[in-house]
Amino acid sequence: MEILVSVRRVPDTSENDIELNSAGNDIERDDLVYSINEPDNYAVEEALQIVAKVGGTISVVTVGAEEDEEVLRRQMAMGANHGILLADPQFEGSDGRGIASILKGCVQKGNYDLILTGVQAEDGAAQVGGMLAALLDYPFASLVTSIEVLADNTLKIAREIEGGNREVSEIDLPCVLSIQTGINEPRYVGMKGIRAVQSIPVPTYGASDLGLTPAQVGAAAARVTRVDYFVPALGKGARMLSGTREENAQEVVELVAAKGGLK
Amino acid sequence: MQSLSATPQLVSWLSQGIVLFWLVHICGVLCFAYIVARRMVPLMRAERDLRFDHPLQRFHNVLKYWFAQWKHPRYKAAGILHIFIFAGFIVLALRAFTVLIVGVSYGFVMPGLSGVAGRLYESITDYAATIVFLCMIVAIVRRVIFTPARYEVPARFGNSHKADAVFLLSLIAVLMFADSLFEATRAAALLQSQEAESRAFLSLPWLLQMFLVQVSTATIGGFCFAGYLAHELAFYFLLCYRPFGIQFHVETSLFNIYFAKLDREKLKPVKWGLTDQQLDQVKSFGVKTFEDFTWKHILDFYSCADCGRCSDNCPSHAAGRPLSPRFLTTKARDYAFQHYPMFRKVGNGHALVGNIYSEDEVWSCTTCGACEAECPLLIEYIDKIVDLRRGLIDDGNVPQSLQKPLKALESRGNPYGKMEKKKADWTLAKDFQPACSVKRLDKEPGAETLYFVDSITSFDDRMQSIARSTARILNYVGEDFGILGPAERDSGHEVRRFGEELLFMALRDHNSDAIKNSGARRIVTSDPHAYNALKNDYGHLPPVEHISQFIARQIRAGQLDFKSADADKVFTFHDPCYLGRHNDVYDDPRAVLDAIPDLKRVEMKRCRDRSFCCGGGGLMLFYEPKEEERIGVKRVRMAAEAGANVIVTGCPFCMVNLEDAVKVAGLEGKMSVIDLTELVDQQIARPAPACEKVREIPQECVIGR
Repeated sequence: MEILVSVRRVPDTSENDIELNSAGNDIERDDLVYSINEPDNYAVEEALQIVAKVGGTISVVTVGAEEDEEVLRRQMAMGANHGILLADPQFEGSDGRGIASILKGCVQKGNYDLILTGVQAEDGAAQVGGMLAALLDYPFASLVTSIEVLADNTLKIAREIEGGNREVSEIDLPCVLSIQTGINEPRYVGMKGIRAVQSIPVPTYGASDLGLTPAQVGAAAARVTRVDYFVPALGKGARMLSGTREENAQEVVELVAAKGGLK
Repeated sequence: MQSLSATPQLVSWLSQGIVLFWLVHICGVLCFAYIVARRMVPLMRAERDLRFDHPLQRFHNVLKYWFAQWKHPRYKAAGILHIFIFAGFIVLALRAFTVLIVGVSYGFVMPGLSGVAGRLYESITDYAATIVFLCMIVAIVRRVIFTPARYEVPARFGNSHKADAVFLLSLIAVLMFADSLFEATRAAALLQSQEAESRAFLSLPWLLQMFLVQVSTATIGGFCFAGYLAHELAFYFLLCYRPFGIQFHVETSLFNIYFAKLDREKLKPVKWGLTDQQLDQVKSFGVKTFEDFTWKHILDFYSCADCGRCSDNCPSHAAGRPLSPRFLTTKARDYAFQHYPMFRKVGNGHALVGNIYSEDEVWSCTTCGACEAECPLLIEYIDKIVDLRRGLIDDGNVPQSLQKPLKALESRGNPYGKMEKKKADWTLAKDFQPACSVKRLDKEPGAETLYFVDSITSFDDRMQSIARSTARILNYVGEDFGILGPAERDSGHEVRRFGEELLFMALRDHNSDAIKNSGARRIVTSDPHAYNALKNDYGHLPPVEHISQFIARQIRAGQLDFKSADADKVFTFHDPCYLGRHNDVYDDPRAVLDAIPDLKRVEMKRCRDRSFCCGGGGLMLFYEPKEEERIGVKRVRMAAEAGANVIVTGCPFCMVNLEDAVKVAGLEGKMSVIDLTELVDQQIARPAPACEKVREIPQECVIGR
């Protein structure tokens, strides 16, 4: 099975102190460390497990710039066969539909049976997967928590439903799936693996390679534009408990129970 | 023996069996040679291991640990019993060979053992055989009736080894009895013809001879033949059976100790004989299949006597974690016996983890080294565990809880994912900074001493107190010191012990450069893990000291005076594994405590090289092992048993584990934990309260320096 996994490089929320920049339109990015968007990591692991069972190859793709190649290499160290970087100054300022259009161009350059994305980017809006499927006219399922390959070009998938329920569906290939975290246990990527893939070439495709025009991508084509970015002021929802440890513990139990968290 | 030829009867009894004896000899020797050759096969296929250097030092080890049985008395009853048996075997070895030859060459006398020397040797061997025989009885009774807990096999590790042990002990008893019987018949025959002296008084041969003297000469002849044959059969049966079980150590121990690791403080490289650059070409790291072990590690498996001392001292075993060093070895030995059989084809190449070992088993080890400190045969465990972890890391098989900190170590240089620029924030504490200046060598190189703080002491709110106390002590004695600040990365000590060698190398190279650029001529650290890494893992650095060594040195130089310790406190020192067992620093921290006037100090039963790990530091804090009771809780109880109410330690990770354990054990208010630096800082007799008040410094106690 030929699988394409769309991944993204995001600031690692556990390893950064996220602060607003002075202009107030973005976060301060100077001292940030980046890593693979966590749901995307699960998507790549799922692809690896599918290929281990039924064979095939895995390509990882990201829309970004030169520095984003690092996450492609990390996923190649994890076991993906190819990396594709989609970078072009024209892409800057794209909205979700723009990103989906760029990815569509990439999908059409290959011959993929299955396209996986993470359920959402940690700094994103969980929209690209669905839009990509629509643009390609492929079936789409989101929040996927298990995949089983059936004969005759179908997959049996389970999806997570609010409240902890599961819905099981069959979906025709080719299709797009957005992968929920927890579907598997992603493997560790060590320094040795990263060093081993350092010299594998990663092709870069720009707008012209993908047959895209400025009308489809970039800031000019964006119909959704960010106008503000801020850290919400602390709301009134927060309550500080100030009793002894035992009292606090008791109160937390009562509060959680009152909100229906304990049955 | 000289007079043997004078008794034609004896010759004729034995000579009846010469064909049979020859047959048994030849079969026995051939069998043994074949078995040993088969046992060598996995050693030949194993990874290389450089153990042929320093013959004198190795010979010294043989004298100390093999011949003098150095570690045995650590367990009194079993140890002394073993020393008797071992000594008996050494004494009897010559006699056993003599007897074997006598069966086919009647007049044989071992050169040098004729006349008086021979008679003296005979008496000694009579007693040796008797002692070994009695020791076997005692050992069997111990195994069967008293059964010390450490011999038991928990259900998760398979069946009891008792039957095998008792069988082997009985065989040795048979061998001793047969030997004594044979000697007794010869003596009885000679006594009947008034030709010789009696066997050694009250020995087993003497008792048998007293009985035989009274029976007919023909009966003695029968016993002589039977005794000889029984001795020969038991001897060869034992020789050929030992390589199938725990008694193989009789043959392998000498070699195992000769080839034992000499620099125990150093970790085994990924592959012997490769440079760091060549590592990039190595396809697979660590131990994944049995043949990935080195030949010496396989020899370790063969040599284990199943005495259970390693597991008896293992904190992981005590806490009910899935790891127990004894079974790490016996499971590998069983694997070797099964996959390298005597006759069928060798079946190798199976993954060990998931087959004989579980992942949890491999991650459960704290690398405290208690097993290695105890093993009388110098079997190595830490290197094997680290090699197994290297294999898991190489396959991406890492618990999720460890992946985050490893990733953070790669991107941020610390396991907590804290930003580098905050590494020196502990120096900014309000009541610390004005009174105690700490040079930043990353900005301005040039101080005599570098204080290597390491991650946990830099970032953890509680442990920052150790950093500040250390800085205040250095400041107080006028040491010209500084820190690396953001230029310091994690020492990588646990990164390496968790098997991520290349990440360790990246951290090591970064720190080595930063240290070199700092211009410091000495390094001091308050973290034994950092101390061990810088001292033993890095190489080419200025000399490194743990802060306890530094303080002890200052005390000896008269640089530090202390005020009296609190009268109602009883202190006990908990030896951090990487300070004590791995680096032999036991006395300096105790000397520091004893320099504080009126300080009451008690020792826990398990102290110094038998210290009981706190539960493990570094990445072990992120790992969630399956266990019945926390290791730290056991340790805190040991301190309470010793009558202490303050545990002093010298390691931030011990502090994390023990302070938590005090709460879990419900001893809050009754037991406290303090770092040696905090205690010293608190007890220094300062002219005036210097900087931050960690604890109150009463004015009346202040004595000028």
